[in-house]
Amino acid sequence: MNEALKELGELIASELSSAVISTKVAFGELTVNIRSEAVHDVLEFLRNDSNCKFEVLCDVCGVDYPTREKRFDVVYNLLSLRHNQRVIVKTETDARTPVPSVVSLFPTANWFEREAWDMYGIMFSGHPDLRRMLTDYGFEGHPLRKDFPLTGYVELRYSEDEKRVVYEPVNLTQEFRKFDFESPWEGAHYVLPGDEKAEGQG
Amino acid sequence: MTEVQIKNYTLNFGPQHPAAHGVLRMVMELDGEVVERIDPHIGLLHRGTEKLIEHKTYMQAMPYFDRLDYVAPMNQEHAFVLAAEKLLGCEVPERAQYIRVLFCEISRILNHIMNVCAQAMDVGATTPMLWAFVERETLMEFYERASGARMHAAYFRIGGVHQDIPAELERDIRTFIEHFPSVLADVEALLTENRIFKQRNVDIGVVSEEDALAWGFSGVMLRSTGLAWDLRKSEPYDVYDRMDFDIPVGLNGDCFDRYLMRMEEMRQSLRIMTQCLDQMKPGPVLSTDPKIAPPRRGDMKTSMEALINHFKHYTEGVKVPAGETYTAVEAPKGEFGVYLVSDGSNKPYRCKIRAPGFAHLQGMDFLTRGHMLADASAILGSLDIVFGEVDR
Repeated sequence: MNEALKELGELIASELSSAVISTKVAFGELTVNIRSEAVHDVLEFLRNDSNCKFEVLCDVCGVDYPTREKRFDVVYNLLSLRHNQRVIVKTETDARTPVPSVVSLFPTANWFEREAWDMYGIMFSGHPDLRRMLTDYGFEGHPLRKDFPLTGYVELRYSEDEKRVVYEPVNLTQEFRKFDFESPWEGAHYVLPGDEKAEGQG
Repeated sequence: MTEVQIKNYTLNFGPQHPAAHGVLRMVMELDGEVVERIDPHIGLLHRGTEKLIEHKTYMQAMPYFDRLDYVAPMNQEHAFVLAAEKLLGCEVPERAQYIRVLFCEISRILNHIMNVCAQAMDVGATTPMLWAFVERETLMEFYERASGARMHAAYFRIGGVHQDIPAELERDIRTFIEHFPSVLADVEALLTENRIFKQRNVDIGVVSEEDALAWGFSGVMLRSTGLAWDLRKSEPYDVYDRMDFDIPVGLNGDCFDRYLMRMEEMRQSLRIMTQCLDQMKPGPVLSTDPKIAPPRRGDMKTSMEALINHFKHYTEGVKVPAGETYTAVEAPKGEFGVYLVSDGSNKPYRCKIRAPGFAHLQGMDFLTRGHMLADASAILGSLDIVFGEVDR
């Protein structure tokens, strides 16, 4: 299985040498890193080439790495029914650079790209209808970004006076508690409860 | 005769329509009674599961998967647990694998009962729902006896399952397996040759093979086009490779085919369950590696080491090595995938949930174009949509 994937990775890398940055086989899965402007061409090749035949686009999703210069990964999961193989295609982008949309190749990408836009603010050029997908009408921000707080910014309630649902800034009755139980000697990045009192005593 | 200008009519279907299967809002453009275009608005049940999972340890994240497709909870758990196990590279005891497969098939029956009966109800037949739901209740009791909860079981663990099943449960599941085909026969007697049911479902919502692939369909939706593609056969996980079962495929790709296939899949699930019960041997049900699974309750009474491990498991949790995987299982609705990215800490860095219903609902527009308004609910019923997983 791993041998076949390795061969497939080498084939893809040699056929698309200008687009592919690297290939890797880990956990029995093939990952191909590509340049973002070549997404459309690579996926078209993967779909049509007789050795690949990745005809089903299972999933498109974003991953956020805020410390990186190009903070987002866009991940395409492809499946080949003919060869019973899967491939993960990854590319990097930032919040301003759009990634070519693949809706013309795989109509199913439509909603998945809309979701990636909604959740991360990743832009897709050539998408027919890049609206928000899962969040509320009129929602602001991109909730799955790592710098978006878990509690969000607004909460809503039904207002008896105005006879409608109103949005208000989030008001926490209890401070948000983040339990981090990673061992202190393995690099937890916080002050242990009680340690703040020891300040200036040593 | 003067020419009359007919304007298209825009209709709002849902979010509180009984045939919307939850909270779906569809903006339909109608020409008379013919659907011209459908724009589903989803997200009304969006709870930010993926965001919450990023803030939880692996064990705390697992119960969220019950709440995705709440009609067949354990299949989702299975996908997440398998993804984490792949990154950890851990072995699962054989008995645990059999229990998982057994309960996945129970979930499949749970799901198909719900779907077939709801589909029948969408087109006007109420009786199947009333009859088959008695059996659904029995199955939920099996859930309860194994895990303590009827629906949100939180039963699977990384490295196995939480507890062994009680001794009498095997006997009762066997009784159920003997009895259930008669219920299926009753439901079939009501539906399969029913004139109204056929009029509402035959040749409605036809999917071709090309369309199914292009729109990322999976599960019954894909197989109804005649493609025998089932992840239980093509990428067998746990002990599915030891099971002997058939995959029903459709001939026409219409709503009626999908109904027939679901009925047959339930019979195949019974076969798998019988084989699981026959092949199961006593043994451990959870990995004994202290780095992966918490110790047994009994050990904690006598062993200091076990007590420490227990504490570490329920505070710090399991540390999963850095890496990423896309792991998919054949959930009753189709391919349920988890794309898990770990950065080596005790929490998932990213956990993308690929729900089959999301892709299927997207196909609603092209499936319904040119059909009558009344067919929209029949098609929606046969797509097998549950909003917990579509909206996440």
